[in-house]
Amino acid sequence: MNRRDFLNLSLKGLAGITLAKGLDEIFQPREGLASSKLVRWVFLVDTYKCIGCGFCVKACKLENEIPLEANVSRTWVERYVVTRGGRVFADTPKEARDGFTTSRVDLGMGRYQDMKRENIDKAFFVPKLCNQCAKPPCVQVCPVGATYQTADGVSLVDRKWCIGCGYCIMACPYGMRFFHPVYQVAEKCNFCYHRITKGMKPACVQACPTGARKIGNIKDPQDPVANIIMTQRVSIHKPEYGTNPQVYFIGLSEEVR
Amino acid sequence: MHVLRPLYVVMALVAAILAARMLVVPKDFGIHGSDYMYSWYRKASEEDWKAFKVKYQGRDYCKDCHPDPYQQLRSSPHKVIECENCHGPAIDHPSNPPKLSIDRSRELCLRCHTYLPYPTSKRAEIRGFDPDRHNPGLECAGCHDPHRASKPK
Repeated sequence: MNRRDFLNLSLKGLAGITLAKGLDEIFQPREGLASSKLVRWVFLVDTYKCIGCGFCVKACKLENEIPLEANVSRTWVERYVVTRGGRVFADTPKEARDGFTTSRVDLGMGRYQDMKRENIDKAFFVPKLCNQCAKPPCVQVCPVGATYQTADGVSLVDRKWCIGCGYCIMACPYGMRFFHPVYQVAEKCNFCYHRITKGMKPACVQACPTGARKIGNIKDPQDPVANIIMTQRVSIHKPEYGTNPQVYFIGLSEEVR
Repeated sequence: MHVLRPLYVVMALVAAILAARMLVVPKDFGIHGSDYMYSWYRKASEEDWKAFKVKYQGRDYCKDCHPDPYQQLRSSPHKVIECENCHGPAIDHPSNPPKLSIDRSRELCLRCHTYLPYPTSKRAEIRGFDPDRHNPGLECAGCHDPHRASKPK
């Protein structure tokens, strides 16, 4: 290599490096990544805060047009009462559409059980909703492609495409799916997809007076809900199924099924 | 060549089914995103769900036209409760529905105020009563103002 070639090559190399650095300054890929709106919806339920008022269930049913009188719901609240002897009583009368207005636990078949305060070891409410699993078995089994996972992590049902075979209802380990009594297709919680895509909160989150229900974006490091999930002790339902649920709970107990 | 006739029938059938499939399956039906197992669907369905009607508007929707009850509620212990929890979804109020309902029922108050002394639940911290003993059958709003969460006058 002679001197002319050496100078020529160094000049080109320098120009190349400067250009790359300049482009980095101009386009700012970091900002570009942030504004590309990476979204993965997650949900956080704090069972310590839940008071069992059932406003979430009522709001969900009215918002999502699920008949109030039908014994099906996209979300519900369960009550667990553990007695001193270790017996577990659990109920969800009408999916807690009208809340819990009596201390008598519904045992089914018209039987009720009342517990004295001094006999109760622990008692609490657990709101439940679709886990929007990262690996949803309900989606995997659909024979016609009527249910699917969106890019932002919510599993939806295509009402025009669903044939109502019911495989997905069988496949969900959490019992979240049911037949819509009016539309005659599979129905499920979708985190109020029509609301969250408009920047609103899901109807149940908005209706909750105590902040027991929260929604967030796990891909946003600034998101307060994502922060709680990353930094605090949270648990999920039935991890043994490998479905990778994206609804996180604070204060779950072994009695909760 | 008559042995080949069933083959022609089958070929015609396959061709007919493929032609029908082209007509019936929507253009936007396919793999959206990289995941074959979970992302095989009709793309327009996403828009169908986004276009679903919003019914619950939230308390900010109420405050400009109804400032007095809004302020009253916001300065009471009931400030955590949404207007629509008791008055029903606003939808497109005032055009549809022109008037919202008011749930004055005793059962509405009992959702939170039936005394359930549950350890490890926030319910135990709410001021509650035994609905079988405290004026059974009467509407709470007859004595207590829900917007103020007050003691009877």
